[in-house]
Amino acid sequence: MTPRRITLRVNGTTYTAEAEPRKTLADFIREDCGLTGTHLGCEHGVCGACTILMDGQTVRSCLLFAVQAEGADLATVEGLADGDRLHPIQQAYWDHHALQCGFCTPGFLMTTVELLHDNPRPTEREIREGLAGNLCRCTGYQNIVKAVAAAAETLADAPGALRVTGAAAPSRATSAVAAPRKPRATPATSQRARRSGKTAKRRSGPKR
Amino acid sequence: MKPAPFEYHRPRTVEEGTALLAKYGDEAKVLAGGQSLVPLMNMRLARPANLIDINRIESLAYIRDDGRALRIGALTRQRAAERAPLVAERCPLLRDALRLVGHAPIRNRGTIGGSIAHADPAAELTAILVALDGEVTARGPKGTRVIAARDLFVSYLRTSLDPRELLTEVRIPALPAGAGWSWMEIARRHGDFALAGVGVVLAVRGRTIAEARIGLTGVGPTPVRAAEAERLLVGRSPSEDLWNAAAAAVRAAVTPDGDIHASAEYRTHVAGVLTQRALREAWERAREAA
Repeated sequence: MTPRRITLRVNGTTYTAEAEPRKTLADFIREDCGLTGTHLGCEHGVCGACTILMDGQTVRSCLLFAVQAEGADLATVEGLADGDRLHPIQQAYWDHHALQCGFCTPGFLMTTVELLHDNPRPTEREIREGLAGNLCRCTGYQNIVKAVAAAAETLADAPGALRVTGAAAPSRATSAVAAPRKPRATPATSQRARRSGKTAKRRSGPKR
Repeated sequence: MKPAPFEYHRPRTVEEGTALLAKYGDEAKVLAGGQSLVPLMNMRLARPANLIDINRIESLAYIRDDGRALRIGALTRQRAAERAPLVAERCPLLRDALRLVGHAPIRNRGTIGGSIAHADPAAELTAILVALDGEVTARGPKGTRVIAARDLFVSYLRTSLDPRELLTEVRIPALPAGAGWSWMEIARRHGDFALAGVGVVLAVRGRTIAEARIGLTGVGPTPVRAAEAERLLVGRSPSEDLWNAAAAAVRAAVTPDGDIHASAEYRTHVAGVLTQRALREAWERAREAA
């Protein structure tokens, strides 16, 4: 119950804040780091919207407490683009209409980063299995699968392009460190996002 | 959806962890991978007053081969075990089943010991532990003890572990040299909990089955060892009739519940079908190895 002082890195920037041990890592990233790109759908590990990289591996940030990530190196969707230039995976999602409302997209993107790192030339079946832990209620998945396949092509032609801002790119990958962004704490934004998170929660099923 | 408040403890050693458990007992929960516990806490179905986070007890993450069994530290991540060459070499059944445990982000955090201690009736690892006669090591106020798989699982989410005990190691016997194996399960979506799942190991001498192991998940309150089906198989030569007889024995041995995903009848049927498929695949693998 006693608040703890937590220091961690997100996309190469160090953040320190006080939080109760029961605060999830997802809420810490959104509320204390001001990075609202990480979305919360179900808050119990089913929907995949809150997927981030922790020390280079995908994790559900709603199933970790912030205190557990003390000293960890995180990468979120904000770390993908290089300024105004989209990450090749983001560009592929854009090009192939792989998002409609976009709520689930941050989780899909981070999942794709690890998927293509572990398996640079996945088959369609491997892509579908790799994305099975992320739910999208708009697209029917077809265009997401196409986007991942296209991103695999692009990245195969550009070795070393699978990078995320900061040091926490997928483990065993070479990562380039880009300029860190300034954290913004915008209460209005996070309240709005929290409301939409609750709406999505009611729709989620009682699975894993 | 926020967990109820709790006191957070972060032991660095097994001794610190067991001391905390001795102190708080059933007022505490052990946090390993958290992939089952944290959802329960987020929904306030679990409200432990104390959370003992063992994730920094680095000495509990290892995979060793003692010549007879794989000794896997309780905190070993499922993803690490899935990728370990030692697991692929000594117990490919475990590797194949691990690939179907949740999704990659779940396995990146989920641990071998946590899955066993949680004792979900649909978990893959519990069925493998039971099928192979595995053991776990637990440390508590009265010292260290080894619990055989058959004595471990009591009912839905219940084990014979004392609340003051910490599960420290899981021992999964290696497959006999040249044995065939197969893990089969049916889930509505890749990575979901299986409606039913089965692990089979066949050790073969010539055209004869020398030893058979069959463990099932998702078909009752605990993982099921299909002992009657195993007895049927030993000393016999493979045939479709034999696989059918084994499947019938499996169907008779399981007592699944129905839920929104599948009826009890359907799960029973699927358990039989999967057993046949797994026996065929295990036999083929054993022949290839011979």
